[in-house]
Amino acid sequence: MKNEKLYNSGVLTELCKGAVLPPKELWENKKGGLVIIECPQRIPCNPCHTSCPTGAVVEFKDINDQPEIDYEKCTGCGMCVAKCPGLACFVIDLTFSEDKALLKLPYELTPMPEKKDKVWCLNRVGEVVTEGTVENITEPFKDSTKVLHVSIDKSFVDQVRSVRVVK
Amino acid sequence: MSEIKKTDILIVGGGAAGLSAAAEAASYGAKITVLESDLHLGGQLVKQTHKFFGSKDEHAGTRGYKIADIILKEIEDNKENVEVHTNTAAVGFYKNDGIVTAMSGEESYFKLQPKKILMATGAQERIIPFPNNDLPGVYGAGAVQTLMNVYGVVPGKKVLMVGAGNIGLIVSYQLMQAGVEIAAVLEALPKIGGYWVHAAKIRRLGVPILLRHTIKAALGKDVVEGAVIQELNDKFQLIGEPKKIDCDVICLAVGLTPTNEMLWQAGCEMKFVSQLCGHVPVRDAKLRTSHPDFWVAGDAAGIEEASAAMIEGRIAGLAMSEALGLKIQQENYGIYQERLDSLRRGEAGEKIRCGLGMAQITDWGNK
Ligand SMILES: Cc1cc2nc3c(=O)[nH]c(=O)nc-3n(C[C@H](O)[C@H](O)[C@H](O)COP(=O)(O)OP(=O)(O)OC[C@H]3O[C@@H](n4cnc5c(N)ncnc54)[C@H](O)[C@@H]3O)c2cc1C
Ligand code: SF4
Ligand code: SF4
Repeated sequence: MKNEKLYNSGVLTELCKGAVLPPKELWENKKGGLVIIECPQRIPCNPCHTSCPTGAVVEFKDINDQPEIDYEKCTGCGMCVAKCPGLACFVIDLTFSEDKALLKLPYELTPMPEKKDKVWCLNRVGEVVTEGTVENITEPFKDSTKVLHVSIDKSFVDQVRSVRVVK
Repeated sequence: MSEIKKTDILIVGGGAAGLSAAAEAASYGAKITVLESDLHLGGQLVKQTHKFFGSKDEHAGTRGYKIADIILKEIEDNKENVEVHTNTAAVGFYKNDGIVTAMSGEESYFKLQPKKILMATGAQERIIPFPNNDLPGVYGAGAVQTLMNVYGVVPGKKVLMVGAGNIGLIVSYQLMQAGVEIAAVLEALPKIGGYWVHAAKIRRLGVPILLRHTIKAALGKDVVEGAVIQELNDKFQLIGEPKKIDCDVICLAVGLTPTNEMLWQAGCEMKFVSQLCGHVPVRDAKLRTSHPDFWVAGDAAGIEEASAAMIEGRIAGLAMSEALGLKIQQENYGIYQERLDSLRRGEAGEKIRCGLGMAQITDWGNK
């Protein structure tokens, strides 16, 4: 398997479940967006489920189960984004504007950006793929994990999973 | 040195396991003494600024140091039953009279005569040999965490991390949070050892994780100025050309090994179990060792995780209270055991299940 080594070093490849984006018909017009969870390994962990207010992250039969999503129930609220200790949950809202999507991602680094700041958007190996704009910053659990709302060009939604703040 | 302190239960080590045991046993009315060699309670938990994995029952999604506070608050409810000595290490056990010697600070000693003893002493870091590994700038991961998360000091500007287990991956991320650059993370195995999500977190910030790579030497005259690394083949032999890495800190996160010397002194039956990362006592499901008055819990029983350490502490606290003849909540055994089993059911738990298969016995009979 050609991408096995990459996957084994922590980069999502097509090798495993988890890389899937939500079904297009549900996603395209969903205000608030839908969750994307990149957690491909069976580990004893479930805060994505316990933090979800709507039951969109389906209850785990076994705590080692991989998260399963009921897209119908997801409101894109981003609670799981803030709570997941693996920083593996993201929300992508395709209704932000004609050509831009809003990405809600966890951020625990410094410097902290401000609204309207430009940030570099990074892919799964940390390469800059595009520029984005910080539209909002929330802190759902007041525990210093911020959720950045960053608008990016729609064509990059399957690539961007982190940002670098340049100050 | 004259007076001998009596106590029902002596808990050696005030980390996740020891504190959970104290909380459980104190609720049944046992008189407990906790010895902690560090200046404060909490063990590994207080160094952990990241959010924990595990289940909600064990406070998953909460930062490590806050978990310690939650257990301490519970102990507070029965504080008349718990006496804590920090900056105090248990240094010896005498099999003949059952007396434990404790050293408080640097030179004051006292003796204790407990009815039951729990070893919840956690683990020690391993080191690996390479030329110049004694240069200033070569640290263990634990030391780096203590510097950063307890004293708020960063160890340097650019770190080479050796080891991609959970500790190496988490400490790398914590260093980045403190503004330190990670030159690379090396891992001798063909796969990261820690959770995949922890690796993904630093990969997307651009940190290379070099699988099948090892450190050959530290460079520098008086302090670390770089490192030489090289690739390994599947037989762990060096291949290819050595490469130079620019860094001023080399952080070793190559594994932990259980700390449990006193159990040897007590004559407990010990076994080397590689899946549990070293010598561990043979124990039953209630965590009693072959010595009828010695229990073990947490990393001292085998390297695992804080969630498991906390539940093991609860089980040991319950079992020691029962052995003292106190009225306990019998159904808790089942509840705790089920939580422990469910944590160990996954892919990551396979190693532990396998190790326990060797270290755990069903029953000590009337030994
Ligand atoms: C970087 C890192 C990240 C981690 N992340 C997670 C995570 O996300 N989730 C998770 O579940 N687990 C995590 N863990 C693991 C977890 O911290 C440990 O498994 C857990 O703390 C073990 O608890 P313990 O009580 O057995 O040992 P410890 O917490 O190590 O406590 C042992 C205590 O005993 C004391 N002691 C030792 N010898 C003596 C003596 N002779 N006399 C008196 N006192 C003594 C020590 O000073 C120490 O305070 C992490 C560990 C590290 C290092
Ligand atoms: S975004 Fe909100 S509703 Fe959707 S899965 Fe996460 S917590 Fe649940
Ligand atoms: S909380 Fe995060 S790391 Fe834990 S299972 Fe859910 S997605 Fe995976």
